[in-house]
Amino acid sequence: MVSLTGIGTRFGPTVIHEGLDLEVARGEMVSLVGGSGSGKTTLLRHIIGLTRPYAGQVELFGEPLFSGSATVQRDRRRRFGVLFQQGALCSALNVAENIAFPLRELRVASPAEVDTLVAQKMAMVELEPHHAVLMPAELSGGMVKRVALARALVLEPELLLLDEPTAGLDPDRSASFVALIRELHKRLSLTVMLVTHDVDTLAALSTKIAVLAERRIVSYASLEETVTFDHPFVERFFGGEQGRRALARHHGEHR
Amino acid sequence: MMDPQGADGAPGIVVSEHKVSLHGDWTLRSIAPCVSGLRRSLAAVPAGAAWSLTEIGRFDSFAATLLWRAWGGKWAASLEASESQKNALDAISRHAVQRLPKPACWTLIDFVVGLGATVLVLLSHIADMIRLVGQLFLDLVHVLRHPMDAPLKEISAGVYKMGVKAMPVAALVGFLIGVVLSYLSALQLKAFGADIFIVNILGLGIIRELGPVLVSILVAGRSGSAMTAQLGVMRVTEEIDALSAMGISRTLRLVLPKVVALTLAMPLLVLWTSGMALLGGMVSAWIQLDLSFAFFVDTLPKAVPIANLYIGFFKGALFGLLIALIACHFGLRVKPNTESLSANTTASVVTAITMVILADAVLAIATRSIGVPL
Ligand SMILES: Nc1ncnc2c1ncn2[C@@H]1O[C@H](COP(=O)(O)OP(=O)(O)OP(=O)(O)O)[C@@H](O)[C@H]1O
Ligand SMILES: [Mg+2]
Repeated sequence: MVSLTGIGTRFGPTVIHEGLDLEVARGEMVSLVGGSGSGKTTLLRHIIGLTRPYAGQVELFGEPLFSGSATVQRDRRRRFGVLFQQGALCSALNVAENIAFPLRELRVASPAEVDTLVAQKMAMVELEPHHAVLMPAELSGGMVKRVALARALVLEPELLLLDEPTAGLDPDRSASFVALIRELHKRLSLTVMLVTHDVDTLAALSTKIAVLAERRIVSYASLEETVTFDHPFVERFFGGEQGRRALARHHGEHR
Repeated sequence: MMDPQGADGAPGIVVSEHKVSLHGDWTLRSIAPCVSGLRRSLAAVPAGAAWSLTEIGRFDSFAATLLWRAWGGKWAASLEASESQKNALDAISRHAVQRLPKPACWTLIDFVVGLGATVLVLLSHIADMIRLVGQLFLDLVHVLRHPMDAPLKEISAGVYKMGVKAMPVAALVGFLIGVVLSYLSALQLKAFGADIFIVNILGLGIIRELGPVLVSILVAGRSGSAMTAQLGVMRVTEEIDALSAMGISRTLRLVLPKVVALTLAMPLLVLWTSGMALLGGMVSAWIQLDLSFAFFVDTLPKAVPIANLYIGFFKGALFGLLIALIACHFGLRVKPNTESLSANTTASVVTAITMVILADAVLAIATRSIGVPL
């Protein structure tokens, strides 16, 4: 689904990635973890095609990201949905228009169908109907996240790229977000790649965990294996007070 | 773990007797190429048929919407579907009837409200402007009493950005205008044999009127818009709020340096541009009328009293002040969205140019007896 080989990134003299490899199979839910500033967002931007690594190859759905004609590339872009770390809503459009935007661009659904789908997506992320006419500047931080998530989901893409989807959400909403992604995953055999610092979300969702440290993916394995992986970052991430408690909760649920 | 069954199959319908069975992938992407055909086939299914969705691979909420509409907004009498498909349909069924609230429509009352709002906005502009000027005055007093707080670096950066960097373009425009003006006047003057009056016309016209106004229009477009956009983006990204939270006065740090810098830079820019325009005029007069440079330079002080230069300087400073004030005023009014940013930037430039020309007209009347040789 997503295949990164030998990715190298540098901003000026600072090297962010070097010889980074990652292979995400269809149907996986991959959590990308790593310290702040380790280049997780940058990696997602490579996958989306917003930036190009100076070395290495990005492949999406089995084809190089920038191959084919303009239409082929556009159609490829419509197969994934992105949630940006800051939301990145269009500030000139209201909530409903923001969510409907990718759908309208496709020119497949009739206006009434667009309305229905938007209403359903808004309910999915627990937004009230009367929020539809609010402008992005009038939303709280967490609401921006949820609108952006609804927009990422509106085309029900095969691949979801989420940059810290639960940051800024209350624990209750985080939990319902996890349930939502799981449901979508089951119905659409969705592939998800998310960046998160929240061990609860990570433990509940991921089938695989990719650890980004030392400029490359040092470990790509299931939760159980990752926890036992011997690396200072992993130790701090899962071994800390919060991490241990979250893992304990997770194991409790599964017994 | 779900098996990756999503081998792409086109969506299809098989209708037999009273049984309809759907197969393939029913997702937005797979439906898109053949949506009108599917809509037609769905509509053609007889009412009361038994629906079977069990053959479907992937099923998204757009497909659910299509089906729900085909069923006329209620559940099919007989339906075979998996649990998650039913969930998707159920979610759609809950939202299909309810309409999203729309932004209100435009009525006659809105017209009256709009008219009133326009007047109120105008008043608020005036009030904001007075507040801004007052605040700047207080800041100026503060700076005079605490010279350590003076934003000298910002001011010098402003003079460089808005003055020095504008010199090439101002020179080019000034020179060309000078050439054109001189050329056109020379044609007329030649007809009357009044060649030497070209010095009076160019000297008075450029130094007193054209120089300051030309530079103002240039600077309003160049620096005024930049100022508004900069303050506006700082508002959009909450930088201005962050500054306030840190206890830093936004007028002292952001507005005052710009206003002072432009008020200082403009007279110099006017001098530079007027000089360039006169040079252009001189070149043109030399080619057209055969007036030597030495004669031109010699006659200029006699034809144009020095008061005109002072008036030009004064206009430069005043127009600079106006442009900077208006630009900052609109910049601070930007609401945190892109639409407002573009509207305010446009308004800033248009208002600045209009106000400059208005002020120029008022000044022309006020100074009509000063520096005009009779
Ligand atoms: N456009 C850029 N120019 C220069 N440096 C950049 C740029 N974008 C990112 N960086 C640098 O790249 C590094 C990785 O940034 P990135 O945003 O990918 O971090 P991250 O892993 O997403 O961190 P966080 O968890 O805090 O979001 C940082 O050190 C950052 O300073
Ligand atoms: Mg990031």
